[in-house]
Amino acid sequence: MSIVSASLAPAGRSDRALNADALAADARRESRGMLALLSPGLFLVFAVIIVPIGWLFWLSLFDETGQLSASNYARFFEQASYIKTFVTTFKVAFVVTGACVLFGYPLAYMLSQLPRRAAGVCLIFVILPFWTSVLVRTYAWLVILQRKGLINTWLIDLGVVGQPLPLANNFAGVVIGMTHIMLPFLVLPLYASMKSIDTDCLRAGMNLGASPAATFRQIFFPLSLPGLASGVVIVFVLCLGFFVTPALMGGGKVIMWAMRMEQTTSLYSNWGAGAALGVVLLGVTLALLGLFQWLLGARATGVWSRR
Amino acid sequence: MLLSLAQSALPIGISGIEKRFGGLSVLHDLGLDVAAGEFLTLLGPSGSGKTTLLMILAGFVRANAGSIKVGGDEIITMPPHRRNIGMVFQNYALFPHMNVFHNIAFPLKQRRVSAAETAERVERALDLVQLKGLGERRVDQLSGGQRQRVALARAIVFEPRIVLMDEPLSALDKSLREHMQIELRNLHRRLGMTTVYVTHDQREAITMSDRIAVMNAGRIEQIDQPEALYARPKTKFVAGFIGESNFIPVECRNGSVWYEDRKLRMSDAAPSTGRHLMVVRPEKLRLVAGPEQAGDVNALPATVGDVIYQGDSFVCYATLKDGRQVTLRDYCRSDVLARLPAPGEPITLGIDAQDVVLVADQ
Repeated sequence: MSIVSASLAPAGRSDRALNADALAADARRESRGMLALLSPGLFLVFAVIIVPIGWLFWLSLFDETGQLSASNYARFFEQASYIKTFVTTFKVAFVVTGACVLFGYPLAYMLSQLPRRAAGVCLIFVILPFWTSVLVRTYAWLVILQRKGLINTWLIDLGVVGQPLPLANNFAGVVIGMTHIMLPFLVLPLYASMKSIDTDCLRAGMNLGASPAATFRQIFFPLSLPGLASGVVIVFVLCLGFFVTPALMGGGKVIMWAMRMEQTTSLYSNWGAGAALGVVLLGVTLALLGLFQWLLGARATGVWSRR
Repeated sequence: MLLSLAQSALPIGISGIEKRFGGLSVLHDLGLDVAAGEFLTLLGPSGSGKTTLLMILAGFVRANAGSIKVGGDEIITMPPHRRNIGMVFQNYALFPHMNVFHNIAFPLKQRRVSAAETAERVERALDLVQLKGLGERRVDQLSGGQRQRVALARAIVFEPRIVLMDEPLSALDKSLREHMQIELRNLHRRLGMTTVYVTHDQREAITMSDRIAVMNAGRIEQIDQPEALYARPKTKFVAGFIGESNFIPVECRNGSVWYEDRKLRMSDAAPSTGRHLMVVRPEKLRLVAGPEQAGDVNALPATVGDVIYQGDSFVCYATLKDGRQVTLRDYCRSDVLARLPAPGEPITLGIDAQDVVLVADQ
């Protein structure tokens, strides 16, 4: 019997079973190979994400004397300063995100409407601050905004105001500095989503009788929402844990969550309390992401779950 | 009423359209009249300016000069949203954030049509394009053919005076495309809207159009009914672009036509002088018995190069005495198959006098 005829008509076996064992073994070998290739990545995730977070959580369960207790968490409800820090953190995050949307949406819209070359040049100016240290940029804002800074000097010299405006070392300073730093995080995903809007859809809108304003409202804006949602989520979450700018621009008057953590660990060496702050921030952030996901649908928050 | 478009169909008068992109001239002094209720196709290769002309009609591209009159009213400076012209886009341009119903209702919403009437008209439009009951579907749940129908329904639901279509079938596969051609044609017959259709597919143009305007390099080469365009092309470009053609150089002297030393008969009046090209469609060439001119048939001696069997028909490549290759095509009837020539065999090609068409040799 030749090889060809044997494989075409195997004796005593149905066609379905032909090579079934060999194919199943091949599939198992492939799965094992895939797992082996994945293992370095899985190990890295375990070592640098799962373990430290687990450790943080573990630490937060012990008080200063090393006893297992819930006192680190009870403090959030007992001490007014904690609650105040919490409120401040959210207030800053909301206002900065709002300011970013206010400035970022028109900016991204303008970029998306520019010819390709001009848009490329303008995008460099949006991305440029990314390449500069946050610390340097924050000090630069201090120079501009402080009592005897550029803006106040000009305004007084021009006679617009008699007294220097309180622009730095307060809430306004924190918001100005953070908005500048966060803006690219909103503009870039928004720009990408605006760029992907089919111009024929806008043409169709006008063709079907919608004025330019109505076309923007009914077609362009809804289609840009996924990008806007991505940007808002990124900015808001980054704001919640931000440290450098509020620490420098707040003048000690605006205490955010991350600053509280720094104080607790380096000033009071209370690692348990610091860890508890971290766990709460992480929990709140995850809850917020979940809320966004639920509100806007899986497609809208495209950054972390693109279909 | 959705079925009353015929009464409101308006003629379009296009004249003197000039369009330059930078230094590049795309349309030159272009004029075109479309009758009320006519299905007119702009046919041409890519870059011929047909889409630009359509964009100028819709108002998305501003011309440098010219006039567009719809039923006597000048619309060239009117913004697109006031033109009341329906358009079907090449990629459909359906709104991805709206379902089928809201896509089709969009033009009615802009016109502040009441909710009850909107629902009724959308329903009727869906019925018309055979998508009844699919109003709640999301756009990304539709097949290509269904999207095409939604785009069509959206373009006619507000009873526009004119409908423009920019290669609407080019994204569909062949069988669906042919089906939609017939469907669009029937829809046009039922609704009677003035339609300007853009395509680069000559077969599609011939199948669907009342008249075809063949465009080349920003000009209209010829406007005619499909039959006339195919049988009587006026320029070499039109003859070459629509269907297959053999071009045989001829010379006209004193009102008669000469190919080498043969005087050709033609039923049209011959140009008095000059070098021209005789346009002969492959299926108009016939195998005839002898080299003598018999009756109204012109006879050209040739040698068979190759014969290719294609099932329903065969193609014969032959070489004329001057070395020029010509193509002959005939159906595989048994009488023709019985005396199919062999490669290398001398044959005589016959052309009826009424099939002789001359174009200028550019």
